[in-house]
Amino acid sequence: MDDLYREVILEHYKNPVHKGELDAHNHDFEDENPLCGDFIHMDLQVDENGIIRNAVFSGHGCAISQASADLLLESIIGKPVDEVQHMSTQDVLDLLGIDDLGPVRLKCALLPLKVVKSALYGIEKDE
Amino acid sequence: MLDAHLLRRDFPIFQRKIHGKKNLVYLDSAASSQKPQIVLDAMDKLYAHSYANIHRGIHELAEEATALYENSRQKIAAFIHVGDPAQLIFTRNTTESINLVAMAWGRKFLKEGDRILLTEMEHHSNLVPWYILAAEKGIQIDFTPVGEQGFLDQDRFQELLKRSPRLVAFTHMSNVLGVINPVQEMTQRAHQAGAVVLVDGAQSVPHFPVSVEMLNADFYAFSAHKMCGPTGIGILYGKRSLLEAMDPFMGGGDMIKKVTFEGFIPNEIPYKFEAGTPAIAEAIGFGAAVDYLNNVGMQAIHDHERQITRYAWNCLNKVRGLRILGPSAEERGGVISFELEGIHPHDVSQILDSQGIAVRAGHHCAMPLHQKLNVPASTRASFYLYNTFEDVDALVEGIQTVQKVFGSIGK
Repeated sequence: MDDLYREVILEHYKNPVHKGELDAHNHDFEDENPLCGDFIHMDLQVDENGIIRNAVFSGHGCAISQASADLLLESIIGKPVDEVQHMSTQDVLDLLGIDDLGPVRLKCALLPLKVVKSALYGIEKDE
Repeated sequence: MLDAHLLRRDFPIFQRKIHGKKNLVYLDSAASSQKPQIVLDAMDKLYAHSYANIHRGIHELAEEATALYENSRQKIAAFIHVGDPAQLIFTRNTTESINLVAMAWGRKFLKEGDRILLTEMEHHSNLVPWYILAAEKGIQIDFTPVGEQGFLDQDRFQELLKRSPRLVAFTHMSNVLGVINPVQEMTQRAHQAGAVVLVDGAQSVPHFPVSVEMLNADFYAFSAHKMCGPTGIGILYGKRSLLEAMDPFMGGGDMIKKVTFEGFIPNEIPYKFEAGTPAIAEAIGFGAAVDYLNNVGMQAIHDHERQITRYAWNCLNKVRGLRILGPSAEERGGVISFELEGIHPHDVSQILDSQGIAVRAGHHCAMPLHQKLNVPASTRASFYLYNTFEDVDALVEGIQTVQKVFGSIGK
């Protein structure tokens, strides 16, 4: 577990690129892990072709949850909604560069993906 | 004076390495304590030598197992200074003990519009059973606030007693703040207001001498697993008159005197509340744990923990960016919860774990209290008879490593 706190995670935790608020969003969602107090809010802007044009997050929590949010948003901007809705646990671990995570910390890592998927839920049928 | 280095040899777990190479620094006894070999042996010996179901069979094994089980009850009664062991009911744990009171006493004796008085520092186990009961019966719940330094606001307590609560329930010692409540005085005042008093003793009975009869609580609950005993066994103490007036908690074997096609007549206490085959080996292990603690001496354990806590408090208080929740070292039990500026407790705990140090991170089953303190989560180090000054040094070094990993955050 020593290598869990690799440079990339700490860097995205300390200096997140996609943290903030987005006035021009058309989808948003927020959720928390009450057990640890991780909280993530996301604003997403999706265009008429179902492409994620912009996305930001706000919130607080452990380094894993916050870095995961920043890395996730970095990877989904410019992608079609459909593709994001099919992202897996492994995709998130790959973004974080982690092979294995205990069950408690896995919830931290996956919270941002859960929030993104919830924000985008049902979007294909709408548009 | 207690020699923790010597006592550690009684606990086989300290022989293992964490992540293959680190010595175990176990600072999570408030969640659950480690077990000495004699407790494991007592349970093994029962299964290997005297095992049978209790209270039923008329054969040598059944008689031996029954005697051991009841002997355990007597030991535990003596340990908490209760004269009549029939007032001790074996439950699964503190949580089940409190649920038993809520279901078997609360359901029968409380009615719509009645009030219950709890406190803001309760563990979920002394909140949720009352929430369930309150929703079922239409009962109002009041909370004695946690004031400055983490102590209960005794003036507000007195004020809230004027609302004539039927039940007053509070913890003997906070599992987050380490605050030890003045149980005897609070119980006396609650009795003057006409209330029945339940005390959550999960964090007190393992750590200092407790005389339940002197405290005069009506109900007192605690678990074996936090006091060197096994999981799956706990105690509810109740005053005889209350226990006898209550209806059974669960129905089944052992809790009946007589069953017909028309109905049943419940057994005497404590059996009335012990339906089905209980955790026999665990009850006997609990007795062995009490023997072990008596041998070391509860006052010696308390004095040792005070020393360690004082040392830890002073060391931790010097760490930059670290904030201790609750009162000074002199006014608390062996629990220190803290915040580290800019670093989430899960990250703290994870990096400490990589150094073999086990602490608790989160809200410690006290979410409302964390909400009150305006702290989303905290890291908790808790101490017991086997902890040493070296454990504290390892914790402090570990925290410095955490801060190093996170760079200049919080500075």
